Amino acid sequence: MSGAATSARVFANMAALHFEVLARSKLARASRLTLPHHVVQTPMFMPVGTQGVIKGIANDQLEELGCQIILANTYHLALRPGADLLEQMGGLHKFMNWPRALLTDSGGFQMVSLLHLADITEEGVTFQSPVDGTPMLLTPEESIQIQNKIGADIIMALDDVVKTTTTGPRVEEAMHRTLRWIDRCISAHSRPTEQNLFGIVQGGLDPKLRDQCVKGLVERNLPGYAIGGLSGGEDKDSFWRIVAQCAAGLPEDKPRYVMGVGFPLDIVVCSALGADMYDCVYPTRTGRFGSALVPEGVLKLTNANMENDNRPLDESCSCMVCKQYTRSYLHTIVTKEAMGSQLVSYHNIAYMMKLSKDMHTSILEGRFPQFVQEFLQKQFPNRDVPKWVRNAMEVAEIDISIRVQQLARETFLIQDNWRH
Amino acid sequence: MKFLVDAWSAGARAGSLILGELQLETPCLLMLTKKGLPAHITQDMLDDLQTEGRAMQISPIEFLESPPPKVVAAVGGVHKYLYLKKSIIVAVARNQFGLEADGLNGTKFGASFETSAGRRVVGPTKYMEAVNALRPDIWASLPDEVPAWATPKRHRMAVDRTLQWLDECLSLNAVQDDKVLGVVVGGASVEERKRSALETARRDVSGFSLSGFGLGENHDERGELLKSIIDNLPEEKVRHISGLGMPEEVLEGVAAGVDLFDSTYPHTLTMKGFAMVFPLSMEKQNGYYLEKKNGHHLSNGDMKKKNGFHVSNGETAGVYLDPSKLDMRSYIHRLDTNPIVKGCQCYACRKHSRAYIHHLLNVHEMLAQTLLDIHNYHHYFSFFRAIRESIAQDKFESFRNWFTSRSYDNTTVDPATYKESYMDGLLLAKN
Repeated sequence: MSGAATSARVFANMAALHFEVLARSKLARASRLTLPHHVVQTPMFMPVGTQGVIKGIANDQLEELGCQIILANTYHLALRPGADLLEQMGGLHKFMNWPRALLTDSGGFQMVSLLHLADITEEGVTFQSPVDGTPMLLTPEESIQIQNKIGADIIMALDDVVKTTTTGPRVEEAMHRTLRWIDRCISAHSRPTEQNLFGIVQGGLDPKLRDQCVKGLVERNLPGYAIGGLSGGEDKDSFWRIVAQCAAGLPEDKPRYVMGVGFPLDIVVCSALGADMYDCVYPTRTGRFGSALVPEGVLKLTNANMENDNRPLDESCSCMVCKQYTRSYLHTIVTKEAMGSQLVSYHNIAYMMKLSKDMHTSILEGRFPQFVQEFLQKQFPNRDVPKWVRNAMEVAEIDISIRVQQLARETFLIQDNWRH
Repeated sequence: MKFLVDAWSAGARAGSLILGELQLETPCLLMLTKKGLPAHITQDMLDDLQTEGRAMQISPIEFLESPPPKVVAAVGGVHKYLYLKKSIIVAVARNQFGLEADGLNGTKFGASFETSAGRRVVGPTKYMEAVNALRPDIWASLPDEVPAWATPKRHRMAVDRTLQWLDECLSLNAVQDDKVLGVVVGGASVEERKRSALETARRDVSGFSLSGFGLGENHDERGELLKSIIDNLPEEKVRHISGLGMPEEVLEGVAAGVDLFDSTYPHTLTMKGFAMVFPLSMEKQNGYYLEKKNGHHLSNGDMKKKNGFHVSNGETAGVYLDPSKLDMRSYIHRLDTNPIVKGCQCYACRKHSRAYIHHLLNVHEMLAQTLLDIHNYHHYFSFFRAIRESIAQDKFESFRNWFTSRSYDNTTVDPATYKESYMDGLLLAKN
């Protein structure tokens, strides 16, 4: 019996999650994802708490903001405080005292992107220890063992991830290796009733490779799937097509997680194409550098014209920052005071949680297309929605032209300028 | 502003400062701010930290240019601008690090401050522009502060200038009248201090700010200097002091009759990764672990140096710890699941362990400072509450004696895990 079939049989009755699609809007879905520590409403954005903390934000604040699941990085945690210490502490939930859901990545991506002279072989990822430079090796088995010790609700398989700008046989090699490694991950996974192992679809920007990988992973009957290897500088048109293809090929009744996404616009597009979960450092990182996320796009608080602007960051936001402080005040403290980082990060998380909730609720209430139209209108008030977004929305069967046509009628335009 | 003294104990007094609907029990601690807000504690966390009697020190020097005074004035003052409705704001001339003016560079035109926009000479006009825009609850006039080692002639000049600037500030005052603290200077000279106090008291002020302490004066002289000032100030008016930040210094100030303290101590500890753990009462031990082996407490006398660490005579390897503060960066905490202080009701102690805070410090995460600031302020607020209670019970002297002479036998190490982390630490150090 093949490894895939064995795994599928083994996993048939073991689930540490329950995924229920509550409503659909063409390809988009609003779902309820029940995890060991928390119930999550999708589409959902996961803030990144790399080292066991979201930078500058306390747990009570995260709960207040409506965060349901956050991500932590295996590579960083394995270094400090260490996997064994976390196990001794009873897992990361106990260590950081976070009562809701956690997701850990495999550590592979960080190694390849952060470390000098990291290399991938069939065995695993070889790298130099950042402490003293000694050669080290992260195997699929070890990645899973570390993640078992950390104890997150969702754990990610170690995949062979290549840059999207890579071309040639390396891409195919990585895809096949990812499938071989998923079996090793499955075998090594010692807590399948408490932690959900997600597989990651690789294959670069090649639809054939992506298709092979999707099929291979689906055979393994995993609790959930991620679309990986994107958000690394590829052109947007390729990006959305791969997401659309993978989402279409992945099972209806399992969560779909697009890794490393990111920008609110990208999240809306991917949700329209049928994805459910996202993670990115962008909202918190850009907040620390003084950029606030608002419906119109990004507000650079370091700009001189903020000095006299006594409006809140976002009139429609009800977070503590928007209720209490003005752009002019935040302008004086961003990038200068720790409080500046805290406050803008806090607001940006509020924004992402509201975005997630708005998507979920609008799908539930059958008005997702209107939500998308309004979202795009605010971001692109001059009707200059990028071509890739329009193409993606066509595939998602969301007509974003209606609102534009209404506007055109209202302003007595005769021609359909939006087509250009 | 209304100031009422409710109780006396030796030279100390406990009172109430009433400003509109806000009330403050004294002696009391003012929280430090940067650009008007606490350095790391957001408003929601502040609500958890202090539900009443919230007082913050704010510096007009930080509000000279950014934001421009007209912006704050247009909104109606700092309470509205920064949503600080529940706090009593006391404006004192400090730069963004909580530091006083660089006295040796002051001129007749103004005091010299290092600000984030560079060095600024700030005279009464500029100062009052900021004060009038901020509309604080209480504000101190602009002093000519000089370090203790300045010449007697310079100190005399400082007294004269400070009085002159006080008069100018009063004349430029657009805020309500009964909110001014006249600043008393004079260095280490008893006569100059007395002169400054008497002359300042003759002005139409509602209280006094004792300046120039913690600036290198001789510690033994301090008591005498405080006395020479306080003896010449009216009893019924409130007294504020800067620069007496450490617990023992606070007690000295309280004993002399001071009511309001701004102290950099809690925040300095935070920024160095320390947590305040000194006991707050004679009865409670506040979560100390008593390291006992063969009937011995670990005490200074038992300590020997071995491999760079102090170890006890007994079989357990002990590490000498300052019983008033914990170095949270130390690896001995890495497995400790206990809070900083057992029974402490602050957010950091209710929700997190020493191990987690140690980890945050180790990986340079901002939340470490937030949690430590919360704990350190909470602990210091509790210290001030203990002072007030001791005055109310007329037991201030014995409280002060107990505090300053308590035995240093106690360690604050968790015996269950420190040995393991200590051995790990030795291995780490070796490698």
